[in-house]
Amino acid sequence: MSLPVYASPLERVWYYTRLVICALIFLFLIAPILIVIPLSFNAEPYFTFTEKMLAFDPTGYSLRWYDLLLTQPSVPTDVPRDAAWWSLVWQNSAWVNAAKNSVIIGFFSTIVATVLGTIAALGLSRPEMPNRRLIMAILISPMIVPIIITATGLFFFYSSPCALLNWTGLAQHCGRLTGSYLGVVLAHATLGIPFVIITVTATLIGFDQSLNRAAASLGAPPTTTFFKVTMPLILPGVISGALFAFVTSFDEVVVVLFVAAHDQQTIPRQMWNGIREQISPAILSVATILVVISIGMLATLEILRRRSERLRGVTPH
Amino acid sequence: MADMSAPAGGLLTTSDGRPLKSALATAQKRAKRRAFLLVLPLLAFIVITFIVPIGQLMHQAIYNDGFSANMPRMTAWFAETPPGTEPDDAAWEALALDLKDAAAARSVGVVGTRVNYEMSGTRSLFTSTARGAARFEPPYRDALLAADEKWADPNLWGTMRQVSDAYSANFFLAAIDMTRDVNGKIVPMPEERQIYVSLFVKTFLLAGLITFTCFLLGFPIAHLLATLPMKWSNLLMILVLLPFWTSLLVRTTSWMVLLQQQGVVNNTMVALGIISEDGRIQMIYNQMGTIIAMTHILLPFMILPLYSVMRPIPPSYVRAARSLGATSWTAFRRVYLPQTLPGVGAGSLLVFILAVGYYITPALVGGASGQLISNLIAFHMQSSLNWSLASALAALLLGAVLVLYWIYDRLVGIDNLKLG
Repeated sequence: MSLPVYASPLERVWYYTRLVICALIFLFLIAPILIVIPLSFNAEPYFTFTEKMLAFDPTGYSLRWYDLLLTQPSVPTDVPRDAAWWSLVWQNSAWVNAAKNSVIIGFFSTIVATVLGTIAALGLSRPEMPNRRLIMAILISPMIVPIIITATGLFFFYSSPCALLNWTGLAQHCGRLTGSYLGVVLAHATLGIPFVIITVTATLIGFDQSLNRAAASLGAPPTTTFFKVTMPLILPGVISGALFAFVTSFDEVVVVLFVAAHDQQTIPRQMWNGIREQISPAILSVATILVVISIGMLATLEILRRRSERLRGVTPH
Repeated sequence: MADMSAPAGGLLTTSDGRPLKSALATAQKRAKRRAFLLVLPLLAFIVITFIVPIGQLMHQAIYNDGFSANMPRMTAWFAETPPGTEPDDAAWEALALDLKDAAAARSVGVVGTRVNYEMSGTRSLFTSTARGAARFEPPYRDALLAADEKWADPNLWGTMRQVSDAYSANFFLAAIDMTRDVNGKIVPMPEERQIYVSLFVKTFLLAGLITFTCFLLGFPIAHLLATLPMKWSNLLMILVLLPFWTSLLVRTTSWMVLLQQQGVVNNTMVALGIISEDGRIQMIYNQMGTIIAMTHILLPFMILPLYSVMRPIPPSYVRAARSLGATSWTAFRRVYLPQTLPGVGAGSLLVFILAVGYYITPALVGGASGQLISNLIAFHMQSSLNWSLASALAALLLGAVLVLYWIYDRLVGIDNLKLG
C-alpha cells in the first residue's frame, strides 16, 4: 500500500512507523529459524556467538557438530573416511538410524494418508454427498484434538487393540500394537489425513465436473477418467497434501513417545531427548538440516501452486 | 419448467416407461451412495484409529478395576451387603483371603494404589499387611488387626466399598478438585490438593493471552501482505510460511538458544548496555518462555486466515470513506476493520483451539510455571501412572476443545480452513 498524496504529516509518520513495526514482526518470525544456521557451525560448545565468530575468524567455525551426528555414539572418529567407515556410519550412527526410521515411518504413513484422503476428498466434493459437513468435521478432527489426548487414547487402544471385539465376544486376545512400526504408521497416517483432505478438496473446488462427464460421454470407464482427466488436474493438491502428511509424520514426537518401543528412535524423538537431557550444539546442526529441508519443501509447494494456477486458468488477482 | 408439465397421457416417463420422478430419485440415491462409498474407507480408518481410541480413553476415565479385579471376595461381599454394614466374619475372611491371593499374584500394589487414590496413606497399609498374609489364620479379624489396627477404621471400609465398583465418577470429581466423603457425599478437596481447576483456568488464560498477542502481531502483517502488490506479498509470504513449515522442535530449540541467560538475546542486550552483566533476564523455563515460543509457533495460523479475508477487500472502500471526509483512523475503524472480522474470528478461534491443547513447547521451555493442562495429563500418564485421572482430565479438555471446534464450524466452516 503506497502513501496517498493527500496524506497529512501525522499520517506520513504513522506510515513509516507501521513499516518499521511490520519489519520487526517479520524479524520475530524469521530470526529464530535463521539464527540456528550460523550457530550450528560454532567451534565451541556454546549456544551463542563467540568473539571469533563475530570477527569472522575461520577458526571460530567448524563442522565438528555435523561430524558428531555421523559418529555418535560408537563410530570411530580417528580413521580414514573410506567406504568401510561410511558403512559403519550407516549402521551405527544414532542419528542416521533415527533418520532411517523417520523416513520409513513417514513414507508409509504418507502413502496411507494420501491414498485414503484423496479418494475421500473426491467423494466429499461431489455435490450429492450426504452429511457432508458432519463427515468432514470428523475427518478433520485429528488435527484439532490435542495431540496428548490422541496419544493417550492410542496408547490404551494399542495396548489391547481387540478390547472392542473382546467386549462383544468376537475375539479374546490378539496381541498389542505398542512398540510396532505398524502402530506408529497408522497413528501418523491418521494425523496426516486432515491435511490431505484440506488441500485436495481445496483443489477440487475449482475442478470442472463436466470434464468427467465429457470423458464418460466419449466412452472412458471411470478408472480411465480418473487417471487421465481428474488426476493430472488435482495432482498439485495431492502432492502438497502428501508433503503436509509427510512433514506431519516427520515432525511428530508425542505419539512416538507414547506408543513406540524404546529402540524405535526417530529424528524428533532424538531431538526431544537431546533437548531434555544433554543439549549440545549437535541439536543445532540437526535443526539446520531440517530448516534446509523445509526450505526445499516450501519451494516445491510454491512451484506446485503456480502450476496449479496455470492449469486451472486461475490467475492471481 | 412449469410449461413442461405432464403430457395429455399423464405422468412424464423415461424411455423405458418408468415415472420420471422415481427414476430421478433412484439415480440420486445411487449418486449419493457412490459419493459415500468413496468416503467410507477413510471414515472407517478414522473410526478405528482415532474415534475408538478416544472412546477407550473416555472409558478409562470412568472405569478402574484395580480393586474389583484383584479382590473378588471383597467385591462380592460389598455387592451383597447394603452400604454402611459393619464388617462381619465373612467380610474379614474375604479380606484376608483376597490379600493372600493378591500378595501371591503380586497385584496388591495395584489394589493399594486404587484405594490410595480415594484415601491417601492407605497404599502402604495394603502392601505391608499383604507381606504377612500367607500366615493369616482364623479368626481373621484378630489376625488383620494384629497386623495393623487401621483395618478397623470405618472410613477405610467405606472407601473400599466405593472402589469395589469398577465404574466410578470419582476420577472426574478429582479432575475438578472434588472428592467424596465417607458417606459418598460430594465435597471439595482439601485446599492444598486443589490444583486442577486453577490449572484449567491458567491454561485458558494463557491460551487467550497467546491468541491476543498473535492477533496484535498478525494483524499488521496480514494487512501489509493484503495491500502490497501480489509480486511483493508472495515474496514476503515466504517469511510467514517458512516458520509454518519448519519443525516444531527446531523452532522451540531456537527459542531456547535465543532466550537463555547466556543466549543471543541476553548477550546482545548486555553488549548494547541495556542490561548489566548481573541483570540478565530469565526469559525461558517459565511462563514467559511458553508465551513467546507459542506466539511464534501459532502466529502463521493467525496470519493466513486474516490474509485470505483481507486480500479480497477492495481498497476503494477506504478511499471512498476518505473522500467523504473520514480521517484515516475513522476510515480504518468504521470501514476496513468490520470487513476483516470473519478473518479475526477464524484466526483467533484456530489459534485458541491449538493453544489450549499445546504440549511440546510448554514441556520444553515452560519450566515449572509455564506448564499447561496437557503437561499434567502427560505427567499422570507417564510418572504418577494414575491413568484414570489422566483420562478424566483429557476428557474434560477434549470436551472444551470440541465445543470450540463446533463454534468454529458454525462460524467459519471447516471447509474454509486454509493452509498456505
